[in-house]
Amino acid sequence: MHPALSVIAFTTFSGAGYGLAFVLALGHGNPGALSTKIGWFVALAMIAGGLLSSTLHLGNPQRAWRALSQWRSSWLSREGVMAILTFIPLTLLAAMSIFADSFNLALGYIGAIMCMITVYCTAMIYASLRTIPQWHTNWTPACYLAFSVTSGTFIYLAFFGREAGSDSNNVWVYLALVFLVVAWLIKYFWAKNALAAGYGASTMESATGLGNIGKVRLLERPHAMGNYLTNEMAFRVARKHLNKMGWIEVALGVALPIVLLLLSLLVGSGLAGFLQVLATISLMAGLFVERWLFFAVAKHAVGLYYGGEEALVPAE
Amino acid sequence: MTTLPASTQKKLGLVIDLDTCVGCHACVINCKEWNTSGYGTALSDQDPYGANPVGSWLNRIHTFEVTPMAHQSKPKGQGVGEVIGTAGEARVVHFPKSCLHCEDAPCVTVCPTGASYKREEDGIVLVDEDKCIGCGLCAWSCAYGAREMDQAEGVMKKCTLCVDRIYNEEMEEIDRQPACVRTCPAGARHFGDFADPESNVSVLVKERGGFDLMPEQGNKPVNKYLPPRARTDLGVNSAFAAPVETTDDAGGVLGWIDRALSGSTRSKGAN
Repeated sequence: MHPALSVIAFTTFSGAGYGLAFVLALGHGNPGALSTKIGWFVALAMIAGGLLSSTLHLGNPQRAWRALSQWRSSWLSREGVMAILTFIPLTLLAAMSIFADSFNLALGYIGAIMCMITVYCTAMIYASLRTIPQWHTNWTPACYLAFSVTSGTFIYLAFFGREAGSDSNNVWVYLALVFLVVAWLIKYFWAKNALAAGYGASTMESATGLGNIGKVRLLERPHAMGNYLTNEMAFRVARKHLNKMGWIEVALGVALPIVLLLLSLLVGSGLAGFLQVLATISLMAGLFVERWLFFAVAKHAVGLYYGGEEALVPAE
Repeated sequence: MTTLPASTQKKLGLVIDLDTCVGCHACVINCKEWNTSGYGTALSDQDPYGANPVGSWLNRIHTFEVTPMAHQSKPKGQGVGEVIGTAGEARVVHFPKSCLHCEDAPCVTVCPTGASYKREEDGIVLVDEDKCIGCGLCAWSCAYGAREMDQAEGVMKKCTLCVDRIYNEEMEEIDRQPACVRTCPAGARHFGDFADPESNVSVLVKERGGFDLMPEQGNKPVNKYLPPRARTDLGVNSAFAAPVETTDDAGGVLGWIDRALSGSTRSKGAN
């Protein structure tokens, strides 16, 4: 699948925003502290920015409001509805912290649960597609939820970096490390399935119905040049650099954040806070690559009509 | 509403005969011609006369090569009568593909705006272009590549089964069928109602073993495909395999001409 930058930015940023809001909504952070107030602002800005960015890939963004109507059947519609509803408790909680230095735990629980439901809806847009076996698995929502909470925790940690070296800060470092390892463990199972899935149960033989005659091979494409389908769904440039990107993903998303967080525990205050900010930036960059690969490894069934594994797709 | 109707009164669709299709692309061209000036916005092209032309098409023909394996056919030269193929010898199959108007159409249920819908009265899957936001999710959900985003208008285009022809009383009755069916010079495309077991399309499917594309995707496509027919094996006994004609018995003037033109290549026996 073609990795559209706007969609990658949307899922990583809004995912992290919901993760940060989730942590704050559970009552962490003194509501009167400046870092908490800024934290709420950043969470809402990331969510809103992500949503706005997602409308950039639409052909007719001026009609985007119509996407709220079909929540009965469409995960994309459900995501839109949930995103707007979730703004209600989150905006209230943010306003309470920013203007009144206060917090309400009941409202916080409601907000936290709604954050996770919204992220789940985003993931289900992809996981519900039968055409893409790499996405059509329960590991997909598990990954989205795990990375949302993990990146949110890292950002929370980065905001409270000035308290670095204190016991309470150390607890968050341990928590971030545990979330990170668990999230990438889930991602490992996702990737293992994705790399083995191919086109799932579909083959060029089942796509053409000619399997009872023999082995099927594409002789001629319908048109000499590419088209919407080959550009969007049989995208191969991304797949070409799979290995390199995989290494970058692991280095930025796993190795560097772990090393930096462990270092921050060693050095204590001052520099430790800076290292925690660096770890967060590294993780976010790693998640960008992770989301890019999420699209790059995905194989859409329509590729079978364009030659399957040996599809000759011009690299526009 | 993007929830699917529990059932439709009619199941209008196409039967495409993979044996008869000669891959001439007439259906592709006539589809583009009719639909660029019919339902919805025009089917735009980008860079049509340049180095990298692309555009929206609702019907495309792929050409496949099918090579029978040894266990699926008789070994070369031993076939007598009709066989589906000869081991190792490829058959070429032209393969027209347009929307299959699935009964369980995922392109309809994923639509967030209600632009995509399946008609309760005849099962045709359509896009209301005024409601389409161009998110492209329906194209992602379609295993058959039947939907293409129009790059000029930013709305999703798909086969309408020529809904503006088949009910059009301004047209002669013979023209009240999809443009691709009407134009096919080989008679490889048939239009009808699959809900009626006596209809032309239902009978064709029954008689010729019509099948679904990618049944494992669970979309229950309405359109059916007919397999290539068995063909006469060309084995050793066929006319094409007979030895080269001999001129050994030629005499008189013809014999003289034959000898003069053949030179030393004429067999000794005739001298």
